[in-house]
Amino acid sequence: MPSRTPSLEVRLRDHGISRREFLKFCSLMTATLALPAAFTPKIAKAMNTAARIPVVWLEFQDCAGNTESFLRSAAPTTAEIVLEQISLNYHETIMAPAGAAAERSLAETLEAYPGKYIAIVEGAIPLKDGGIYCTINGRTAQSIAQEVCSNALATIAVGACAWDGGWPGAGVNPTGAVGLREAVPGLKNLVTMPGCPVNVVNLTALLVHFITFNELPATDQEGRPLFAYGQLIHNNCERRGHFDAGRFVEIWGDEGHRMGYCLYKMGCKGPQTYSNCPSVQWNEGTSWPIGAGHGCVGCMSSNFWDNTSPFYERIPHLEGFGVEATADMVGAVAVGAVVIGAAGHAAASAVRAKVQPSGVQTDD
Amino acid sequence: MAKIAIDPVTRIEGHLRLEAQVENGRVVDAWSSSTMFRGMELILRGRDPRDAWVFAQRICGVCTTVHALASVRAVEDALGIQIPDNARLLRNIIASTLDIQDHVVHFYHLHALDWVDIVSALKADPAKTAELAQSISDWPKSTAGYFKATQERIQRFVDSGQLGIFANAYWGHPAYQLPAEANLMAVAHYLEALDWQREMVKIHAIIGGKNPHPQTFLVGGMASPVDPNTQKAINTGRIAQMRALAQQALEFVSKVYIPDLLAIASFYKDWAGIGGGVGNYMSYGEYPLSGDKSAASMWAPPGVILNKAVGSPPAAVDQAKVAEYVTHSWYSYASGDEAGLHPWKGETEPNYTGPKPPFDWLTTEGKYSWLKTPRYDDAPMEVGPLARTLIAYAAGRPRTVEVVNSVLGQLGVGAEALFSTLGRTGARGIETLLMCEQLLGWIEELSANMGRGDLAIHNSEKWNPASWPKEAEGWGYTEAPRGALGHWVRIVDGKIANYQCVVPTTWNGSPRDAKGVRGPYESSLIDTPVADLEQPLEILRTVHSFDPCMACSVHVVNSRGVEVNRIVVTK
Repeated sequence: MPSRTPSLEVRLRDHGISRREFLKFCSLMTATLALPAAFTPKIAKAMNTAARIPVVWLEFQDCAGNTESFLRSAAPTTAEIVLEQISLNYHETIMAPAGAAAERSLAETLEAYPGKYIAIVEGAIPLKDGGIYCTINGRTAQSIAQEVCSNALATIAVGACAWDGGWPGAGVNPTGAVGLREAVPGLKNLVTMPGCPVNVVNLTALLVHFITFNELPATDQEGRPLFAYGQLIHNNCERRGHFDAGRFVEIWGDEGHRMGYCLYKMGCKGPQTYSNCPSVQWNEGTSWPIGAGHGCVGCMSSNFWDNTSPFYERIPHLEGFGVEATADMVGAVAVGAVVIGAAGHAAASAVRAKVQPSGVQTDD
Repeated sequence: MAKIAIDPVTRIEGHLRLEAQVENGRVVDAWSSSTMFRGMELILRGRDPRDAWVFAQRICGVCTTVHALASVRAVEDALGIQIPDNARLLRNIIASTLDIQDHVVHFYHLHALDWVDIVSALKADPAKTAELAQSISDWPKSTAGYFKATQERIQRFVDSGQLGIFANAYWGHPAYQLPAEANLMAVAHYLEALDWQREMVKIHAIIGGKNPHPQTFLVGGMASPVDPNTQKAINTGRIAQMRALAQQALEFVSKVYIPDLLAIASFYKDWAGIGGGVGNYMSYGEYPLSGDKSAASMWAPPGVILNKAVGSPPAAVDQAKVAEYVTHSWYSYASGDEAGLHPWKGETEPNYTGPKPPFDWLTTEGKYSWLKTPRYDDAPMEVGPLARTLIAYAAGRPRTVEVVNSVLGQLGVGAEALFSTLGRTGARGIETLLMCEQLLGWIEELSANMGRGDLAIHNSEKWNPASWPKEAEGWGYTEAPRGALGHWVRIVDGKIANYQCVVPTTWNGSPRDAKGVRGPYESSLIDTPVADLEQPLEILRTVHSFDPCMACSVHVVNSRGVEVNRIVVTK
């Protein structure tokens, strides 16, 4: 592993980040990871002793939206992550070298740290026609992903595209675009963080979890960490009271819309989407889509481009929702035409089944 | 004579490959190739046109929002929908916020390392750096202690032996000409801008719930309610937040970005004579100042300039003159690959004829890119901040004329310096400054509307597809950070029958057309010096000055009609 650098706390203090601020960050991480407050000191200790783990960020059929999300990181900031917490050895969008020099950065990482780096993958991978729809330096996306991810300590697929092909894989899927787990089957220690894009708070929390516990967090059967994708938006939504009381937005800009009524009738997919959006929100808690007045489009659900569109049509059957609260029944009655069946309950339970990956040991 | 390939071109959005012939230390020929294709238009076919913006926005996460805007405008044009004034303002605020944030990120995080040598910054004297910084700006952070802390932070990073994103770069290249102090100042601001851009873009989250990919556009208006008297709408508090962020943006741009730009440019004046390119410029115009869509009511005027003729008013733009070629693109036309087709008649099929991966070289004499080749009246057009600035300048827009002349005067160069790599980079800065000034005005206008009780954000008359004609077609346009963006949509029976995007980087990064005329990237690289074939820093300077955005630029239309299969995944 790389030589040790001064502890994170020392490094942060050196450029004006106080211990108080550092602990505040650790508390935020504890909260995002849904850990008891007692874990804050453990995270602080882990962040202080971790070496800078090499990270390789690959982009394939992507829009760089997850990269942009990463650039919005606030606690810690992107500069802190890149300069003091990890060693981001390859990332096409922001790395200084280009062409052969950039490829050298990738090759050197793979050679110097076999099995000891984290791979982050953004974008879908096209399999049709021999992979000609995405090449980098003359190589196909699939062949690069195969080489890089199969030798990684852990791999994180960020965003909807790397998870299940995203929009390039929607509809007629002209390029045979798939997610990473399909393009490179059998990857060990693969965590998927869907969303369009991934919320950087969750990505940061995952890295912190890994550094703190030396293992990946518990995930659902789709490989999504439970700390971020474990609960229905609907059950934590700030507009839930309006749903239960039968108060809905009927027309964009009407009084109900201005009052923050429920967006169910405008097509909101919050009742079928698992995400911590309502609690962590976006851009340092500035807001989130439902909070700003537009329905959820279900971007953290599987194959959402086909499965949750049309985006402005209300969910016809609220299957799989309302499994644990009688309050849901109140809302259901208010909405009408809601089916809550045994099948729905079973589906929801299956999604929540906790899948614990094998422990992953870091070098130190 | 040597041929070189740069793949991947980094510090851009997406996948770009350049091949160039170099002779006696100068580029004599160049080929620009996009190596990724997804097929958005095929995927949109058969869907609800009101959903199109959600998909189209995901064409690009860097210039997030621009495709959403072009998309809702295309559908509104097709259906004849007028949007309320508040929706106009919310869209202007979102779009200009993106432009400002995106331009600053481009300058510091994508382009600066072509001019700034980080390693040299380690040798700088922090006190002298403070003197330099204070001599060009009264930005309060510019103290010796501040620059010393930055330098120590970089030194610790270097000492760790793990250079991360800065490893293997061309540090020490002879083309780097800044003194160590200027390098240190720029490195400090590279880090500062990283924090600043995160703050600035919160305007998107306030209106649209999140960034990237704010979720607030609607065919007919916007989904962000405005009401000074409720908690869950854009209210007085939210207006105050946006105002503060816009003021901070103006402060940062005028006290950090612009002074840095001028300081760095003063050491690279030779780049005012390199990288000129095709000399034709086009803008669709953007930021309506009222409900009327005339050229005069556009904050950035539309227009076309041919052969660098900025001395007379620009010609009007006619979208009917846009045509796309596939002669050198990996598509084929039923009528043959030599003729250009207007977007309405676009009929393209992927037809990859390139080498089988893994490969070393493209077959550049044939087809060699996933980008098509758009032409306006059969001429290649450069689009983007330089085009917009030149068109506003030629149109005699007073503030543009004032700032452009002031910048030229401060650098001691004439107007011909604008047609260059440096001109492109400078125009982006000038535009950012002007837009910061204007953004505050739009926020105040929105606030004034709310004060008058005008709370409309959406025109719902044609929200229900049952109210639509059986067939309709429209086009929507915007000026994205990187230039002219158009979406064309055809709607039949309430569904998308055809959809096409002609995108800024397609204009700028296109391969040759049927007559063998080079695209703007290719053309601008001719005569670019290359001191070291192994370290083609100079080529990066020119291509980065365009701010390439490849994900935006690749598309396909299939006019033969393909049903979108509704796939239900059961897992």
